[in-house]
Amino acid sequence: MNIVVLAKQVPDTDKVKIDPESGTMVREGFEAVMNTFDLHALELALQMKEMVGGSVLVISMGPPNTEDILREALALGADRATLVSDRIFAGSDTLVTSLVLKRVIERHEFDLILAGEKATDGETGQVGPEVGAMMNLPVITYVSKLLGIKKDSLIVERSVEDGLEEWEVHLPALLTVSRSVSEPRFPTLSGKKKAMKMEVEVLRFSDLELKTDQVGIRGSPTKVVKVFNVSVTRKADMYEGKRISEGIDRVVEILRRFSR
Amino acid sequence: MILILGNKMGRSVLELVGKAIQLSEKSGMKVGVFLIGGRELENAERLLDYGVDQVFVASDERLERFVSDVYLRISERVIKYIDPEIILSPADTFGRSLMPMIAAKLETGLTADCTDLDFDEKGNFLQTRPAIGGNIMATIVIPNHRPKMATVRPRTFNVARKIGRKRDAEIEFLKIPDEYFRSNVRLLSFKEKRDEINIQEADVIVAAGKGLRRKENMEIVRELAELVGGAVGASRAIVDAKWISHDHQVGLSGKTVKPKVYIAAGISGAVQHIAGMQTSEMIIAINKDKFAPIFKVADIGIVADAKSTLEEIIRRLRSR
Repeated sequence: MNIVVLAKQVPDTDKVKIDPESGTMVREGFEAVMNTFDLHALELALQMKEMVGGSVLVISMGPPNTEDILREALALGADRATLVSDRIFAGSDTLVTSLVLKRVIERHEFDLILAGEKATDGETGQVGPEVGAMMNLPVITYVSKLLGIKKDSLIVERSVEDGLEEWEVHLPALLTVSRSVSEPRFPTLSGKKKAMKMEVEVLRFSDLELKTDQVGIRGSPTKVVKVFNVSVTRKADMYEGKRISEGIDRVVEILRRFSR
Repeated sequence: MILILGNKMGRSVLELVGKAIQLSEKSGMKVGVFLIGGRELENAERLLDYGVDQVFVASDERLERFVSDVYLRISERVIKYIDPEIILSPADTFGRSLMPMIAAKLETGLTADCTDLDFDEKGNFLQTRPAIGGNIMATIVIPNHRPKMATVRPRTFNVARKIGRKRDAEIEFLKIPDEYFRSNVRLLSFKEKRDEINIQEADVIVAAGKGLRRKENMEIVRELAELVGGAVGASRAIVDAKWISHDHQVGLSGKTVKPKVYIAAGISGAVQHIAGMQTSEMIIAINKDKFAPIFKVADIGIVADAKSTLEEIIRRLRSR
């Protein structure tokens, strides 16, 4: 089974700091990592390959240093990695990103595309379903478990608000996955060494037969017109020491309204 | 027309109807609702009581659950027929799956998870959403494409009121030809979650963190949640420690929630957690460390052991 995993580089939210003055996230200078949902997608792809054979290709679009997360994917066991990177892509919204990714995917033979349910920075969750629809593939979102795998079909569990669905999916298809779909492995030293010697394919705008007005800020239907801070710092009524009981009374009074 | 896309006549759709009617007064646009789903949509006529102009219904037993390729094929066809200026849908698993697929097919813009919608004086449709971390907001427009699409975070707007039926209001039940139901996916089974309240729909969330110390203490959290008809939330730390499943995780790598009351018990308040809950109406933090960052976003802070405080809250709620 030839599997494509779509991965995004995001700021490491575990290490993010908040600027105490503005209340905004300090984004400069901290580590970039692979979006955790995509890491779970990659792990699922590696497990599927171990079950039925085949190959895993990881594709990412982003600035040049995105190569680091692709090398990490190779260290974990991916067979190939492609970075699509060009300054002209800066500012691309989800529709444009999906179009670019589609062009990259089309250069390869594949049976299955996997992506995380969303990225931890933009949190739109749109690129997966957009790529699927553009490529006329059946899409299953919010996949929480792989239940069965055959050469040309899968059985997966999908977790939604009101319950759990079980779907049979005929390939090719695109799945977006939640974190419960797998437990990502850690890279081994030999994996890391091997990955250092492997090539990360880099594609540019000119490789993809797109027009300049189709990509970047120009090609994106959505335009950001304003960015503003909202201070969410609240002034807590603090209860400590002897006043704890008083605090509990206040909480109880609030909860009484909901009490059954 | 401002068209609302939904798969049931629930609260999220009514919230969007309320907002759309407000927006229609500003823009002069009509308000339509397009519902796609199972047979229960056959009584969608009551939506007309909320003052919408048109309701379109695609209901069929084969549409009980979200079949992505079939839903997309039908929706694309119906939307081309209605030709709306704007499409809104709840940012739940339905809207967040189908809306991007439609946007890709229609090659138009879609803004995810909006928390405000408005028109400016020039008539631009302004879509505002929280950017990374939640304390930066971005306002987005879609100037040159149609329809302009947005998913809206549930619980953002008030539910529509029954303002009465417009004289020319109408409902249209769409006939769907059999060939629209071809699919490459097949539903094998559906298991309903009965006893659990979804954290994104709950009025009260009792969320737990490592400060609860032991997995067994989650029972206390569940007990309080049940007592107030709420849901159980969790920090990433206790999900990673397998105290509770991923569905309960609040934060950037979990879910974003906006309940009436959020109780953070034994959660220190990492940025990644705060980003997922800071817009809750009332935040109550319980933590032994008075300098824990969670107190910065709280309305009420109790500096005490999380377990014994929750137990005391339960005891006082029960006595009376």
